[in-house]
Amino acid sequence: MTFLRDTATVFSREFRPQLREPYGLLFEMGQPLLFLFLFGSLLDGAVGSSWQWFVPGILVMMCLTGPMSAGYTLLVELIGGSMERMLVTPLNRTAMLVGKSAKAMIVLLAQAVLIIALAVPLGFELHAAGVLAGLAQLVVFGVGLGAFSFVLAIKSAPGGTLFYVVSQSILFPLLLLSGVLLPLETAPAWLRAIGQVNPVTYVVDAQRSLFAGDLTNPSILYGTASACLIAAAGLHLGNRAMRKGVG
Amino acid sequence: MIHTRGLTRVFTVKKETVEAVRGIDLDVAAGQLVAFLGPNGAGKSTTLRMLTTLLPPTSGTATVAGHDVATDPAGVRSRIGYVGQRHSAGEDFLARDELVTQGRCYGLPAKEAAARADELLDLLDLRPLAKRKPGTLSGGQRRRLDLALGLVHRPDLLFLDEPSTGLDPKSRADIWEHILRLRETYGTTLFLTTHYLEEADDIAERVLIIDNGTIIADGTPEQLKNDLAGDRITLTTSTEEEARRVAVLNDGTADGATVRLRVAHAAAALPELLRTLDGSGVKVTAAETARPTLDDVFLALTGRSLTNDDIPA
Repeated sequence: MTFLRDTATVFSREFRPQLREPYGLLFEMGQPLLFLFLFGSLLDGAVGSSWQWFVPGILVMMCLTGPMSAGYTLLVELIGGSMERMLVTPLNRTAMLVGKSAKAMIVLLAQAVLIIALAVPLGFELHAAGVLAGLAQLVVFGVGLGAFSFVLAIKSAPGGTLFYVVSQSILFPLLLLSGVLLPLETAPAWLRAIGQVNPVTYVVDAQRSLFAGDLTNPSILYGTASACLIAAAGLHLGNRAMRKGVG
Repeated sequence: MIHTRGLTRVFTVKKETVEAVRGIDLDVAAGQLVAFLGPNGAGKSTTLRMLTTLLPPTSGTATVAGHDVATDPAGVRSRIGYVGQRHSAGEDFLARDELVTQGRCYGLPAKEAAARADELLDLLDLRPLAKRKPGTLSGGQRRRLDLALGLVHRPDLLFLDEPSTGLDPKSRADIWEHILRLRETYGTTLFLTTHYLEEADDIAERVLIIDNGTIIADGTPEQLKNDLAGDRITLTTSTEEEARRVAVLNDGTADGATVRLRVAHAAAALPELLRTLDGSGVKVTAAETARPTLDDVFLALTGRSLTNDDIPA
């Protein structure tokens, strides 16, 4: 009971500023939208229906950048005193993590729905079951990534430099080597080999199958496994970091 | 309210162990106002972090507000208030929202948390700032908001880490007024650190001085000053030779024609001293007495000054 109440406390604290300034949601989407329309138009025809191929990739991209910004807000609170203030209250530590993640996931879902809604008039075909399953998989993946970024934020405080260095040096290779923006099928063997050890690749492939309505494609299984593994590892480490005490 | 036995914290920095706090025994009774002083790196913050459950002790025990910090941190947390050195309100949030959240963190139902937030806004003259983000507040206003956040659950024991640092004199006086009024009204036990020694001297009933992780002095400001430092008498003699003679005879220091002496009660000692010197033919042209400061106490104990320490911004 206290756990649920504490999670709700953290969630509503985090969510209120978002409601007050709802346009912030759109600003954060600037880059993914740019990528979507630029690459989507460029690649039209090159990868079948580019929208069908591109929208899931953009969603995964948002899933990578969104939770990173969740870690960033935690870092800001760790450098300031507000995190310390809450750590001196009886608030459940795990609830802090879960409440923050939940807020990040709601934002992610809202952005995903917006992207899909924008892509439909351009020729994106909606496969309801696949989309729902795809979004669920994204949330699992996002929770894991968010937890990792929280761990990174905790390890980086009070300086913060580590956070920027690691998040910036990991984010782009992960993205580029997952086939989000350009198909890896035509890539040289060494690049494909790197792509195959990148957990994000599996999620991207699974998302594409799901959004295409190809619900029996084995890539979905691999993608789900990858997302679940990331989530389990992230939550385990995040929980441990929170309980160990911060800063 | 606070009882520690052998409280110790060891850090390992680059494979070297540093004993930040070395076996502190401390008893603070309910209702006391304790000022915790010491130079940077003496173990002040580490001790405070252990007492407020932010940092587990390496060894030793601490019972705070009736609960053990190691075995029942949640019990401690629900009973203590904490105003940290940094600002407590998050930058993205409105002042009143943070107060409501804080109430919820302590388990207050939504309605009560809202009522308590309004009560505190009034108590700390923050009402017109309820819908402002912390970044738009002045230093003094922010500090009042920090204080309000520490008081949401009406704690019996409040920890204040450098509550007045970085404030202009007027805001400093203002925040102290609020803190002392709180104490008068609710009998709250206060445990605070400050590097403004004159503040500690003015308001604290009890001063604890920590150096190198050990408590080196404990008493009322008066006791410490009388026992460890003593009053200062400054005399000016007509010649430097006389000054040196007076210094040697009275265990003081001479600087040119000026002699500095330490005595227990300067007001009583001075007439006697002047008579004696007059009798031995020393001509004193000026005499001055001064009460010691807490810095004199620290100086007497360690040979170092507390105020020459680099002061955190």
